[in-house]
Amino acid sequence: MSAEQDVVVLGTGMHPWGKWGRNFAEYGVVAARAALQDARVAWSDIDYLAAGNTMRNGYPGYVAGSTFAQALGWQGIPVSSSFAACASGAVALEAARVRILSGKADVALVVGADTAPKGFFGPLPGERPEDPDWLRFHLLGATNPTYFALYARRRMELYGSTEKDFAAVKIKNSRHGVANPYARYRKEFSADEIAESPIVADPLRLVDICATSDGAASVVLASADYAARLSDRSRHVRIAAISTVTPKYPNTYLDMPDIATDSAVGSDVPELGFRDSIAHAAYEESGFGPEDLSCAEVYDLSTALELDWYENIGLCAPGEAESLLHSGATTLGGKIPVNASGGLASFGEAIPAQAIAQVCELATQMRGEAGDRQVENAQVGLSVNQGLFGHGSCVIVTR
Amino acid sequence: MATKRVPALEGFFREEDDGTARLLGGRCVKCGASFFPMQWSFCRNPVCEGAPLDEVELSHTGRLWSFADNQFSPPPPYPQADPFVPYGVAAVELTAERMVVLGQLASGTDTKTLSVGVEMELVVEPLYETAEEIRTVWKWKVADKS
Repeated sequence: MSAEQDVVVLGTGMHPWGKWGRNFAEYGVVAARAALQDARVAWSDIDYLAAGNTMRNGYPGYVAGSTFAQALGWQGIPVSSSFAACASGAVALEAARVRILSGKADVALVVGADTAPKGFFGPLPGERPEDPDWLRFHLLGATNPTYFALYARRRMELYGSTEKDFAAVKIKNSRHGVANPYARYRKEFSADEIAESPIVADPLRLVDICATSDGAASVVLASADYAARLSDRSRHVRIAAISTVTPKYPNTYLDMPDIATDSAVGSDVPELGFRDSIAHAAYEESGFGPEDLSCAEVYDLSTALELDWYENIGLCAPGEAESLLHSGATTLGGKIPVNASGGLASFGEAIPAQAIAQVCELATQMRGEAGDRQVENAQVGLSVNQGLFGHGSCVIVTR
Repeated sequence: MATKRVPALEGFFREEDDGTARLLGGRCVKCGASFFPMQWSFCRNPVCEGAPLDEVELSHTGRLWSFADNQFSPPPPYPQADPFVPYGVAAVELTAERMVVLGQLASGTDTKTLSVGVEMELVVEPLYETAEEIRTVWKWKVADKS
């Protein structure tokens, strides 16, 4: 896709992550107003609103687009409300981008916000043996951390990763997060503190696994033509690609919330595994490759999973993520800083806001406004994430 | 004391007289791919265009793909026990079907003795008890070499 086909990020806004206990729409409105102010665009000028849904806040969460539109003050504009689990924010971004590229909108607001319960995420209430998300909890006690632990153990067995490698990811991300005013945990962890953290799902400790948080993120997107008419364009950055791919059959890598994979009998296994295919689609669309990246935001649901992502987005070959980490390349000041925001390790996940928050961070980095966590000369950034039930999400942001 | 053993959910597995388990799945009449659980009555391979599935029993052995050891009590609908009993979860690749199936680890399995690639077999064990019945589920156990 050519640069003329890029949409422009005019502004970003966030509500700090935490456990605030308020209604999700309140956080969403705070983030949306901040994004509008940052963009210097009035709510009355917005001609499309795309939102990421939340499943744990009743009906208003299932129609988040209209919830935010009502809360900001009805303007009569069309809205969309998307759910793709952790990838919901990227699907909302894509809905807005497609609307803009089709000429149906000039400037759009994208919002995601969540109020999260304490502790493990469980399935929605009721007895539903036909729902894989219910089944895995009822029959197996297979929580999200159980899957993270299965992936982590697999990595240890295949590549010889150790708990010390996982701890090094936590140390790095917690150090990055200290400099982020929107992060929930702004505290640097030491190796000793991590070693004292209780085991949740062996081999992972409590501090290896991301918390569940309240939070909200928002961006204002516009067509290139709309952006060109604005007087101050110095802070504009572009979205060069959005990938919202799903797996290809047969998906033979165990994915949440399934209790079994597809069978590889009777068909060819795809050349790229699902996680590899997520960034691949964004590279194909943008013409950029991993060598072009200045920084990346990857979905560190667990410390070990961050290492998987290094390989899935092509920063290194399979089995080499630990070497890349220990070389310092993915730390601020290194060749390709990963999770300069502090990542989920510092935020905890606010599901529908998370993919949007990743884009807020990339935009801040590309603008050179990240302060103490600024990546030097940031030109191209990539965010990647995955939502359960087969949702990929990857966004490439450029100056 | 309950003694009658019944599956925690019907239609997922069957218990043999020797206490081993057989998973009840589906096999595509066209491409031969297996599915567990059945979930739908048709094949998900896009080239099969919804070909029907035969109801079959899947292999009850495979090789360990990965494993985890849970030390915290999960939320409902996991049966709540007081005190909470930690449990392992294994992902095992069925050799014939070339698919990975999750199950809890059989009670008494020491995860420190496990490694990827170990041969595993399916057994039936209690998941929880009611006043009248022992509700069971399939679990993965290191295969008996004898």
